[in-house]
Amino acid sequence: MVSHHDLSRTFEIKGRDFSKAGSISINIKEILRELGIDPVIVRRVAIASYEAEMNVVMYANKGEMVLRLNPKVIQITLEDEGPGIENIEMAMQEGYTTATDEIREMGFGAGMGLPNIKKNADMFELKSTIGKGTSYNIVFYLNSKGDV
Amino acid sequence: MTLRELAELLEAEVICGERHLDEEFERAGASDLMSDVLAFGESGIVLLTGLANIQSIQTAEIIEAKAIVYVRGKKPSKEGISLAEKRNILILSTKLFMYKACGLLYRKGIVGVRN
Ligand SMILES: Nc1ncnc2c1ncn2[C@@H]1O[C@H](COP(=O)(O)OP(=O)(O)OP(=O)(O)O)[C@@H](O)[C@H]1O
Ligand SMILES: [Mg+2]
Repeated sequence: MVSHHDLSRTFEIKGRDFSKAGSISINIKEILRELGIDPVIVRRVAIASYEAEMNVVMYANKGEMVLRLNPKVIQITLEDEGPGIENIEMAMQEGYTTATDEIREMGFGAGMGLPNIKKNADMFELKSTIGKGTSYNIVFYLNSKGDV
Repeated sequence: MTLRELAELLEAEVICGERHLDEEFERAGASDLMSDVLAFGESGIVLLTGLANIQSIQTAEIIEAKAIVYVRGKKPSKEGISLAEKRNILILSTKLFMYKACGLLYRKGIVGVRN
């Protein structure tokens, strides 16, 4: 067993690389499972991380995802280089999507990803600069409120 | 119902993950839209889908599905099968259409997800 204290792992995501899309989130899931984290929380982290990873693959050029863990919280941050999001409020709404036909054919592009991250996370912050990129900050509490 | 009974009921071919056939399941979900599977899927369900790409296997792993059933005779690519083997997941392929496959399961008491 690895120690729970202050784990930090960085992963590179390649835009448009659909053959590997999802592998990082599955890797994160395995890491958390091995650490003995509550399976219900592991599943929530995996879903949120996968939605974020898929968005980078679908919409951005590349991204860096960081998993951080301490005894109180699990944090997933993601910074990508890409087109950015014009209207974050709109993007957060269920059903809003700019997905191409190629993306839809792969079973995505229903505009459900960002709302699903919000649903699974305890805290979700999304920031974006047009023409530069987007950043995600997703936090999960390991105990009920994140405080001891 | 066991996964073996599921395979028999749907006259399905076992593509990989045979060692799981004696495990039991109670619920199933059906969709070609992975966005919906991620939003509404549950741990332990059997996932019926007509989408036999890599992402269906990745998505099944993320939501912790017990098995994937591809309908209308769909099968994953070689790449997909080796990924599924690595992920240790049971994959079945039935010639039945989605509606009939779901109907047969529902009649046997397999219900949908909780939401
Ligand atoms: N990293 C990103 N870079 C650029 N645009 C993004 C990014 N993430 C999301 N978006 C924009 O926000 C929209 C909504 O994203 P969301 O994940 O909710 O839905 P989707 O990806 O279109 O479909 P789904 O997630 O259901 O497959 C996207 O269609 C896209 O326009
Ligand atoms: Mg998305």
